[in-house]
Amino acid sequence: MSAAVEPLHRPRPASSASLELNGVHAGYGDFAALFGVGLHVDPGEAVGVVGPNGAGKTTLLRVISGLIRPTAGSLRFDGHDLTTTPAHALPALGIAHVPENRRLFPHLTVEENLKVGAFSPAARPHFIARRDHVYELFPKMKARRHQLAGTMSGGEQQMCAIGRALMCGPRILLLDEPSAGLAPLVVQQVFDLVRRIRQEGLTVLIVEQNVAQVLRVVDRAYVLETGRVAAEGRSAELAADPAIRRSYLGGH
Amino acid sequence: MKSLIPWAVVVALLACLPLLSPPEYFIHLGVTVLLTAVAGTGWAMMGRYGLVSFGHGAFLGIGAYTMALLWNMAGLSPWVGIPIGVALAAGAGVLLGYPCFRLKVIGHYFALVTLAAGEIVRILITALREYTGGSLGMTPDRVPPESAFLAMQFDKTGFWWLALAAWAGGLLAWWLLDRSMSSKALAAISEDEDAAASIGIRVTREKLKVTLISTGLAALAGALTAQYRMYLNPESLAGLGPSLQIVFGAIAGGMYAPLGPTVGAIITIGLDESLRVAFGTDFTGGAPFIYGILLVLFMIYLPRGIVGIFERRRKPAAAPPALGVPVAAK
Amino acid sequence: MDPFLLEALVNGILLGGVFALPALGLNLVFGVVDVVWLCYAELVMVGMYAVWFLFTQLGWPLPLAFATCLPIVSLLGIALHYLVVRPLLSSPPINQVLATGGVLFLLQGAMTLVFRTEFRSLGVDMPPMEVGEIFVSGTKLAAFCAALVGAAILWAFLKYTYVGTAIRAIARDREVMPLMGVDPQRIYLIASAVGGALAGLAACLLVVQLDVHPFVGLSFGPITFMICVMGGLGNMLGGFLAAFLMGIIVSVGGFWGTTEFSYVVAFGFFIVTMFARPRGLFAR
Repeated sequence: MSAAVEPLHRPRPASSASLELNGVHAGYGDFAALFGVGLHVDPGEAVGVVGPNGAGKTTLLRVISGLIRPTAGSLRFDGHDLTTTPAHALPALGIAHVPENRRLFPHLTVEENLKVGAFSPAARPHFIARRDHVYELFPKMKARRHQLAGTMSGGEQQMCAIGRALMCGPRILLLDEPSAGLAPLVVQQVFDLVRRIRQEGLTVLIVEQNVAQVLRVVDRAYVLETGRVAAEGRSAELAADPAIRRSYLGGH
Repeated sequence: MKSLIPWAVVVALLACLPLLSPPEYFIHLGVTVLLTAVAGTGWAMMGRYGLVSFGHGAFLGIGAYTMALLWNMAGLSPWVGIPIGVALAAGAGVLLGYPCFRLKVIGHYFALVTLAAGEIVRILITALREYTGGSLGMTPDRVPPESAFLAMQFDKTGFWWLALAAWAGGLLAWWLLDRSMSSKALAAISEDEDAAASIGIRVTREKLKVTLISTGLAALAGALTAQYRMYLNPESLAGLGPSLQIVFGAIAGGMYAPLGPTVGAIITIGLDESLRVAFGTDFTGGAPFIYGILLVLFMIYLPRGIVGIFERRRKPAAAPPALGVPVAAK
Repeated sequence: MDPFLLEALVNGILLGGVFALPALGLNLVFGVVDVVWLCYAELVMVGMYAVWFLFTQLGWPLPLAFATCLPIVSLLGIALHYLVVRPLLSSPPINQVLATGGVLFLLQGAMTLVFRTEFRSLGVDMPPMEVGEIFVSGTKLAAFCAALVGAAILWAFLKYTYVGTAIRAIARDREVMPLMGVDPQRIYLIASAVGGALAGLAACLLVVQLDVHPFVGLSFGPITFMICVMGGLGNMLGGFLAAFLMGIIVSVGGFWGTTEFSYVVAFGFFIVTMFARPRGLFAR
């Protein structure tokens, strides 16, 4: 079936198409939230950022997608210096950000939400193909294509938000707390979605408080604490680390 | 109380000014400035707490027309007519304000409700042309000189004193309000109405209090202006035009300082007159044109008005930040 | 039904169509940029002068004058955004409103300087048409149809284009727009241009019905604001419906009393509406 549909991602890029942060400092006004964060995501990888509330996880994603400018450090994606690129130019570069709390346009229909996601001039010609692909990934969205996004359940809204992000044909997907505010069963479904997206070959950077779940989905993870990287490693290693287990995995 | 002494001295000195027998034109300018300042002071008493009215012209009109109609039709002296007009205007203000405040009509919505009210008054004045002369305007009946005092028909010097008294009254009201708890309550309300209500501030009552004073002052200014000019017309005493002019004066001078609206009145009247003197009627439209540009520039570069330049670091905590101070971009 | 009442009703609907355009434009700008253009009626006034000048002074054909009026007022909207609104985007709303109030004075003054205060008339009229028992002004009917066409084009633009969809989206969530690849500043500019163009279209429809003078904006500006607020600021459909409601109130009110009386009724109705539904009749 899907062979006829154009793949969501562009052809697998050369190894240079990776996201790299070095010594990033950032904050809001006088309040600093990140202190010299270094992080890299290689093509095709799924990387998690975990940590307690207020560790700077959301700030980190907002820095990557240009909503906040770093005060120091470097930020590169696929050879582009992101510190000087305006935020609205990033989807065209292949960076899609599913924000915290989904932030759908509640009074627009599902399909209109997808349309806003395809706003970049480069994405418009691919609207129909990508929309159909999203509907194939999430058949529920197809059934609700003319429903107002605000009237759907939390899990459906998360699907729609991810679908909207896929509409710009991203190479990397930034997910901010996709499980926040959802019922446990729905959380499971959302992580299944993330797995499915990974199978598409998309690079994923996911920020989560639900450490146990996210470590099952990603290849590697960073532990962020008070704006600094406290630990990093492969998911299995982190999941086995006693300190991590104590702090984040219920201490067993 | 001590802080009132320098003010009293200033008012007394101003009251002595006619003794120097300055040219009539000078006195005329002074009266016009003072009366404009009274209206602006009244407006700013609401405006500085975030109650931005675009309908204050209506209260000028209610004050002026009540006075003039009582005089022409019932022979009631302006000495009585003006207090009645002021009371009526304040009553109208409360009538409009009470539901607004109770039902939380605030911000843009409040501004537009007052705009509608101002228009209603303007149209009513025009429509009741049998009594008010409609848009052609009306003139209070003149009396022979011997009964001029009773009819409040003075020369320019007499009006100088009247206007000065009204102006001093306005400033006194400002001063009293500033010293009262109401001022703090209103500042809190303008910042966060719900939070203010939750700590026991009676939001509606405090807002009504300041509305009462504000609309009363506007009516006083309107009535005295009409009586001074001996001419009333709806276009200059009600509706959007005069309402915005009041706002402009208060903003240009600065609405957070007691003398701000007065400075604004000096600017607007000075601008009007200098353009008129310099260009005569060839430059009709020049004054609003320049007003407009200044208003835009003030909002962009000097949102606290002229007086705002001088008030830096003086009591920064007392200045309500709801207006004038740009909120930090998110 | 009394044919005169029916006529008043029909006229009210026709009037509502004309009110609808500026109400839509004002709502569009407010919904997107979050700033009330207090000088909106004055943009219309400038457009009316433009048509009058091109048609009667330069002798251009009327359709050409109309077609030129739209881009002129649209540019004016862009200039207003660039020079006045943009520097104030992070200021308190009241400062923004007052600045556009300054533009109201500026435009009135400028037009007085250039064209003086005389009432100017286009001097064209279309014959009235007899429909059943009632007479309908041909000019008003034509203006009404043009207004509907304008509204329909606007609706299609908002519904079917990328920019239009983004305009509807940005009204609810500004901050997230860059993540969609949307530059909010550009959308503001487009909305201002479209808002200006709608004022231009309204100018074309009004200039055939009203004499132009520098203060003509004060005659329909206030009611336009009230229509927007009644419909719910930023709610385009609400504003559209409220325009017809106000048109009918004004027209039918005029049937029972004078025109002035009818405006008093309409404004009074507005105030009562605000008390009953402080966020507009059609607030969601």
